[in-house]
Amino acid sequence: MTPKRKRKLYVIVTLVSLAAVAVGLTLYALRANINLFFSPVQIAQGEAPMSRSIRAGGMVKVGSVSRDAESLDVAFTVTDFVGDLQVDYQGILPDLFREGQGVVVVGELQDDGRFRAKDVLARHDENYMPPEVAQALEEAGYSPADFQAKAAEVGQQRKDDT
Amino acid sequence: MWGLIHKLGSPKWFYYRSAALQPWCWGVATVLLLVGSVWGLVFAPADYQQGNSFRIIYVHVPAAFLAQSVFVAMAVSGLVFMVWKIKLADMAAAAMAPLGAAMTFVALFSGAVWGVPTWGTWWIWDARLTSMLILLFLYLGVIALRGAFSRRDSGARAASVLAMVGVINIPIIKYSVDWWYTLHQPASFTLTSRPAMPMEMWLPLLIMVVGFYGFFIALTLTRTRSEILRREANTRWVKALLEEVN
Repeated sequence: MTPKRKRKLYVIVTLVSLAAVAVGLTLYALRANINLFFSPVQIAQGEAPMSRSIRAGGMVKVGSVSRDAESLDVAFTVTDFVGDLQVDYQGILPDLFREGQGVVVVGELQDDGRFRAKDVLARHDENYMPPEVAQALEEAGYSPADFQAKAAEVGQQRKDDT
Repeated sequence: MWGLIHKLGSPKWFYYRSAALQPWCWGVATVLLLVGSVWGLVFAPADYQQGNSFRIIYVHVPAAFLAQSVFVAMAVSGLVFMVWKIKLADMAAAAMAPLGAAMTFVALFSGAVWGVPTWGTWWIWDARLTSMLILLFLYLGVIALRGAFSRRDSGARAASVLAMVGVINIPIIKYSVDWWYTLHQPASFTLTSRPAMPMEMWLPLLIMVVGFYGFFIALTLTRTRSEILRREANTRWVKALLEEVN
């Protein structure tokens, strides 16, 4: 490489590194704002503001969903397996909403510590599988969380069988 | 070694050598895309939770891969152009940019369509979606910057610098789902680990991904070749070539 090209390469590398450091520091400083939601344990520790619209996220606790027979009122618990958050919601839930699944709720914290949601968004995990595999797993007594490790196993078994 | 690089950097040499390669790239890409779409959209099993809307993955994931890869390719071309003054690299970068922008748009649009039935919203300002939107603006910025100068060389340098600095956004997109809480789930399909789905689902996805890359290579070859003709229109070899055709 000629000295001129080398110098140019150094200038570019320095420029890009400095820009990367600047962006990195900015993102680090803003990390609390970039996080889409507060987890239940953060809310329990008082990190989330009261009576302001916030988002909370976690898993819908298994067995916690209770629906009102007369209206669209529904109550459930969102958990991160450390803290719990009681959520009240009135409206239609997304199709993927179910117990043991991830969820993001938008709304306000009430004085009694309950969360009044005006929107419920379903979060899904990165695992996909055909319904037969899922059903076979459920019958074998696995919860959705351990599905994936098992799905590979079942797929392998199927291949061995044929 | 240096001899080969200088040959590669010669537009004329590239124009003649790539002629034979071009139909193969288009052929392979077309076959893979046809096989992948029919397999993915018709024969692959539906998901246990999402049903058929899961099939959007066969467009969404390859488009998102390409959106990021094209930007990296553009930044590398920009570096080669700036440091080694190889004009061919700049022609390739100019040829790639619109495809990258289009793929970013496809990824955002298919994601929005997918978000409505699964998440219950078409847009949310989470880190993954926002960084992807920034990528679209970066592409548009690179394209606009190139056209904003009356001297082509100035436009090319400005576009190269923006591409090289903008590449910082790529790791942010990739790791956004790991660094922050997002609505978007982590990656199902990566180079490094086993896919989070059974083979009858990921094999068509792999074919689609390879097909999208094939399409990118084929389109970039074709567009770079026409860019070469446009920029070298006043050289003797292009004039001779045109006389041959007429």
